[in-house]
Amino acid sequence: MNTKYTIVIAIVAIAILIGAIAAYTYSNSEPVILNGAGASFPFPLLEEMMKDYENIKSNVQINYSPSGSGAGISALTDKLVDFAGSDAPLSASEAEKAPNTLHIPETIGSIAVTYNINGVSSGLKLTGQVVADIFQGKITKWNDPAITKLNPDVTLPAETINVVRRSDSSGTTFIFTGYLSASSTSWKNDIGQAKSVEWPTGTGSQGNTGVAQTVSTTTNSIGYVELAYALRTRMTYAAIQNPSGNYVLPTLASTTAAAQAKASTGLPAGNENWSNVNLLNANESNAYPIVGFSYLLVYKELNTIPDMTQERATALVEFLWYIIHDGQNLASQVDYAPLPPNVVTINSATIQSITFDGKPVL
Amino acid sequence: MKLTGDKIFKILAAIIAASALTILLITGYTLTAGSAPVLQKFGLNFFFGQQWNPVEGREVFGILPYVLGTLATSGIALLIGVPLSLGIAIFLVEMSPRSLSVPISYLVELLAAVPSVIYGLWGLFVFRFWMLNYIEIPISKYLGWIPLFNSSHIGLNIFTAGAILAIMIIPTVASISKEVLSAVPNSIREGAYSIGATKWEVIHRWVLSYGRSGIFGAIILGLGRAVGETMAVTMLIGNATGSAAMPTSLFQPGQTMASLIANGFLDTTRGSLASSAYIGVGLTLLFISLLINVGAHVVMTRVFKVKGGAVE
Repeated sequence: MNTKYTIVIAIVAIAILIGAIAAYTYSNSEPVILNGAGASFPFPLLEEMMKDYENIKSNVQINYSPSGSGAGISALTDKLVDFAGSDAPLSASEAEKAPNTLHIPETIGSIAVTYNINGVSSGLKLTGQVVADIFQGKITKWNDPAITKLNPDVTLPAETINVVRRSDSSGTTFIFTGYLSASSTSWKNDIGQAKSVEWPTGTGSQGNTGVAQTVSTTTNSIGYVELAYALRTRMTYAAIQNPSGNYVLPTLASTTAAAQAKASTGLPAGNENWSNVNLLNANESNAYPIVGFSYLLVYKELNTIPDMTQERATALVEFLWYIIHDGQNLASQVDYAPLPPNVVTINSATIQSITFDGKPVL
Repeated sequence: MKLTGDKIFKILAAIIAASALTILLITGYTLTAGSAPVLQKFGLNFFFGQQWNPVEGREVFGILPYVLGTLATSGIALLIGVPLSLGIAIFLVEMSPRSLSVPISYLVELLAAVPSVIYGLWGLFVFRFWMLNYIEIPISKYLGWIPLFNSSHIGLNIFTAGAILAIMIIPTVASISKEVLSAVPNSIREGAYSIGATKWEVIHRWVLSYGRSGIFGAIILGLGRAVGETMAVTMLIGNATGSAAMPTSLFQPGQTMASLIANGFLDTTRGSLASSAYIGVGLTLLFISLLINVGAHVVMTRVFKVKGGAVE
């Protein structure tokens, strides 16, 4: 065939294609776009929810960038996003820079203490004090009396404990170091609780996947990962002693139980200060002790965000409502713990208090 | 004044040349302004301190372990990478037949196109275990009593990071050295052979000596890449913090300036002291990179007496 004809046919084909795309886009009315950024821990769950929600509301498009809790808070403070995700509540100084921000706990994280010892299966018994001492480098051998005393039936090797922890700043570390601070005064005084701390010992790996990978390829190692990662990668993990004296394995049920018990003793309202809220060491016989909320953060008055319209405000609030109600049904499918009813009640009141130009959105 | 094509071109070229300098100045200014709070608070302790604590209320920032970690990994990279690169370059120019040298040099240059995250992943899943089983464990078994070889038996450490950096700088150093060596006039080689020199003598007495300034330049470019490399190093160095990051042993976790920034900067709240500290690390990294380049220039002009690209 003649080259000239080929070129003409190609041009015509491209023109038809462009026309078809244009016609398709035109026929669908312009979607409402909502933008969020922040914590990476709830992202797999949020992704499922976003996919599901787009089936329900085809004209709403939601973007969430899992760039980290701190990045999300900065973006919300600068009013660049409509909502932010954070694994830690706003600190006093952060709340000052983003006044009238509401806290909406949207899922619960629990941290599994995972290990890799030849011949030892899940359920090694550990207390908070022992875990803190291991991560502080005070207990350095697996057959240390402090560990063997708790596990008389388990044969532990006389090997050095390889500590593995997060190298990046993360909400997982925030919850875990909060638990270590609550369990050990020496940890609390020397290191403290934060999204990244000055680790006295150990190897740092990036992300939950990095820690999971390093622990599973290094014998005699110990690390901590979000429960969802531990379940998915079939790692072995410890049973941790809770305040009732029971050794509890992390499961979705023992995680929700912790949130349920803590919430029944009172949570602040959505517009109050959450900086001291934690779900650690819940007083409930079957609750796992290393648990924390992951939050969505939104402004109470949505016109604080420059390009907010009534239409977008409605879409945002409806999506938040979906997340804490119907969306929770998706949680257990992706190994996340669903919110207990008493937290949903608090959240419902919080979402109903959101306004646009002074008028309630819902 | 009449604007001829030549003049317009001259002005355009000048603007473009100036923009390179401007970008450097803007970067320097932004980093200095951003790190001012932490420098004011800690002064020289920021550069010579060993503690790094971003916890709100007990902030302390000292970057000495990371500066030393950067120098240690880059140093290991040069120690391993430069001899290998020179070997490749010498083989390609002086020994191999053309039918072999063309595909080999093509493959070496292809190594430069591999993204660093791929080196990192390969390092994490494959290379790390080679280093661990064949180098780290045997050495630490017999020499573990020397602090330098004290081992954590994980394989994520300064030595693994340095070795992966060595692989990453080979394409740069080897391909530039190859060009430098092929530019050595044949009359030099012929002259040397004619006075009875062996192949080895020709290469190391005359060819390498003639091309030394170019080779030195190639090494500096490789060093530049090693100092700034982030992704692969972060995945392999073990990311120790504080005084645990002081590079006292080859086989213990460490941290470089670039990996420290990659690990922590994104999640800091802007305007906080922690974010200022990370910017300060960036400033130090920029400053050290400049120092290496200026230092290299001085060495070239003073020691090798290079003027206008030729050795005197």
